[in-house]
Amino acid sequence: MTQEMDLNQRFEDYIASDQKIEAKDWMPDAYRKTLIRQISQHAHSEIIGMQPEGNWITRAPSLKRKSILLAKVQDEAGHGLYLYSAAETLGISRDEMLDALHTGQAKYSSIFNYPTLTWADMGAIGWLVDGAAIMNQVPLCKCSYGPYARAMVRVCKEESFHQRQGFQIMLNLSQGTTEQKEMAQDALNRWWWPSLMMFGPNDASSKHSEQSMRWKIKRFSNDELRQRFVDMTVPQAELLGLTVPDPDLQWNEETGHYDFGPIDWSEFEQVVAGNGPCNRERIETRVKAHENGAWVREAAAAYATKSAERTSSQTSAA
Amino acid sequence: MAAQDHEWILRFGDDALVLAQRLSEWCSHGPALEEDIALSNIALDLLGQARALLTLAGQREGRGRDEDALAYFRTDREYRNALLVELPNGHFGDTIVRQMLFDQFAVLRYEALANQTVDRELAAIASKALKEVRYHAAHSAQWVVRLGDGTEESHQRAQASLDVLWSYTAELFEDDAVSQACSDAGVMPLNAGFEASWTAQVEAILSEATLSCPESSALHTGGRNGRHTEHLSYMLAEMQVLPRTYPGAAW
Repeated sequence: MTQEMDLNQRFEDYIASDQKIEAKDWMPDAYRKTLIRQISQHAHSEIIGMQPEGNWITRAPSLKRKSILLAKVQDEAGHGLYLYSAAETLGISRDEMLDALHTGQAKYSSIFNYPTLTWADMGAIGWLVDGAAIMNQVPLCKCSYGPYARAMVRVCKEESFHQRQGFQIMLNLSQGTTEQKEMAQDALNRWWWPSLMMFGPNDASSKHSEQSMRWKIKRFSNDELRQRFVDMTVPQAELLGLTVPDPDLQWNEETGHYDFGPIDWSEFEQVVAGNGPCNRERIETRVKAHENGAWVREAAAAYATKSAERTSSQTSAA
Repeated sequence: MAAQDHEWILRFGDDALVLAQRLSEWCSHGPALEEDIALSNIALDLLGQARALLTLAGQREGRGRDEDALAYFRTDREYRNALLVELPNGHFGDTIVRQMLFDQFAVLRYEALANQTVDRELAAIASKALKEVRYHAAHSAQWVVRLGDGTEESHQRAQASLDVLWSYTAELFEDDAVSQACSDAGVMPLNAGFEASWTAQVEAILSEATLSCPESSALHTGGRNGRHTEHLSYMLAEMQVLPRTYPGAAW
C-alpha cells in the first residue's frame, strides 16, 4: 500500500511538473484505461473516417483532386496505424481493439455516421471536420502520455494540410458555377452542426472531462474549443460567401466572441446511440473488409511460420 | 497513316490510369490496415504516372487536350489500355495476381523507355516511374508467394486467379502499326521483345509460390484498339460522372 502511494505520488509529481509518462512508467489503472479508451476511439475514428471520403475517390472530378483525396485518405489510414501502435504501448493488442470496434463496444467519432452526398462534402469535411479535429488534437501534442503526444505531432501536421485542401475545394466551388455554389452551401448546411457536436457535450454534462483535465490528457474544455472553432470558422465562411446555418449567430462586442444558437443534443445522442444515417453501413463495411481479409491474413501468417521454420532448419543444418 | 507518338504514350498512360482507378476502389476495404495503405500508395504512384503521361500525350497530339480532357471526356472505345488492368478487382488474390502480372511487364517497359534518348521527356517520366514500379513489383511478387505458399485455401484461390488472368497476358506482347512505329522511331522495342524476360521472371515467382503456370489457349485482346471488356464502360461512367454532369465547371 505504501509502495503504491509512493508510486502514485511520483506519478502525480510527474504530471504536475509537465513531464511525460512513458509506456514502462507506473501509472494508475484508471489513467491507463482512460488513455486506452481515448486513443483507440481516436484510431477507430481515423479508420471509419476513411469511408465517407473514400466514397468519392473513384468519382473525384479531376485527376489532381483524385490524387489529393487518395493521399488524404491514405494519411487517415496511417494515423490509424500510429494510434493503434500508441495504444498498444498500454498493453492492449490491435486485434482486441478491432474486435471492440467490430462488435460495437468501442465508439468512434459520430461525425462519420453522416453520408457524403456530393463532391462539396469533400470540401466541407476537410474544412470543418478536419478543422474541428485540429482544434481538439493540437492540445493533445502536449498531453501527458508520451507515445500519444508524439503520435499527435505527426497527425496534426498532416491534418493541417487536410484542412487547407478542404478549404481550397470550398473556395473553388464558391467561385464556380451557380450549381457549384449551391453544392457548397448545401454541404455547409449539413456539416455545420455535426461539426460543432464534435467537441462533445457541454462542459456541465461531460462525464470524462474533469479527470482528464487533471491528468493533463485534456488541456481545454469542450466548450472552450468549440468557441474557438466558431470564432475561427465564421470569418472563413464569410470569405467563401457562404451562410452559416444558424439564425442566432452574431458577433458579440463585449465578449469578443461569436454567440451561436443552441445545439440539438438529441440528434447527437441519437447518432451516438447508433441511430445516425450511416452507423450500420460504416460498421458493416468495416466488418466485411475484415472478414473478407481473414484468409489473406491467415496465409501471410502461415507463410511467415513456414519461412521461419525453413530458416531455422537451414541454420541448424549448417 | 503513320502512327503518331501520342498514340503510344496514350497506351502507357491509360494502363496506369485504369489500374490506378481499380486499385483506389480498395481504399478502406483492404485485408489489413498496412495493405490498405500499400494499395492506396500504389494507386497514387500509378495515378501520378498517368497524369504525366496523359499530359504529354495531349501536348504531342496538339489538339489542346489536357490530362482531364483525356481522362474524363473519352469513351471506353477511345481508351487504349490493355484489358488486364480494367478487370474488376475480385478478391485480394485476384487483385494481387493481376498486379504481379502487370508490374513485371511495367518494369520491363519503363526500363526500355527510361534508357532511350529519342524522346527525352518520355524518358524522364519513365525514369521516375521505374523506381516506383520496382517497388510495386517487389510488393506484388511477395504477396503472390505468400498466397501461393500460405494455406491450402490461399493456394487454391491464387491458382484460380492465375488461371483466369493468364489469358489476358498475351495482349501485353502484341504488336500492331502503333507499336511498330514506336519501335521504328527507336523509342521502345516491339512488345514481343519483352515476352521472354517477362515469362522468365513470372515463372520464377510462380515457382517460389508453388503455383503452376497455366497453359491457356484462350486469348483476350482488343484493348489497344478500343475494344474492351464490358467492365470498362461502368468504370468510366463512375469516374467521369462529375465533369460530364457539370461541363465547363472547374474543381
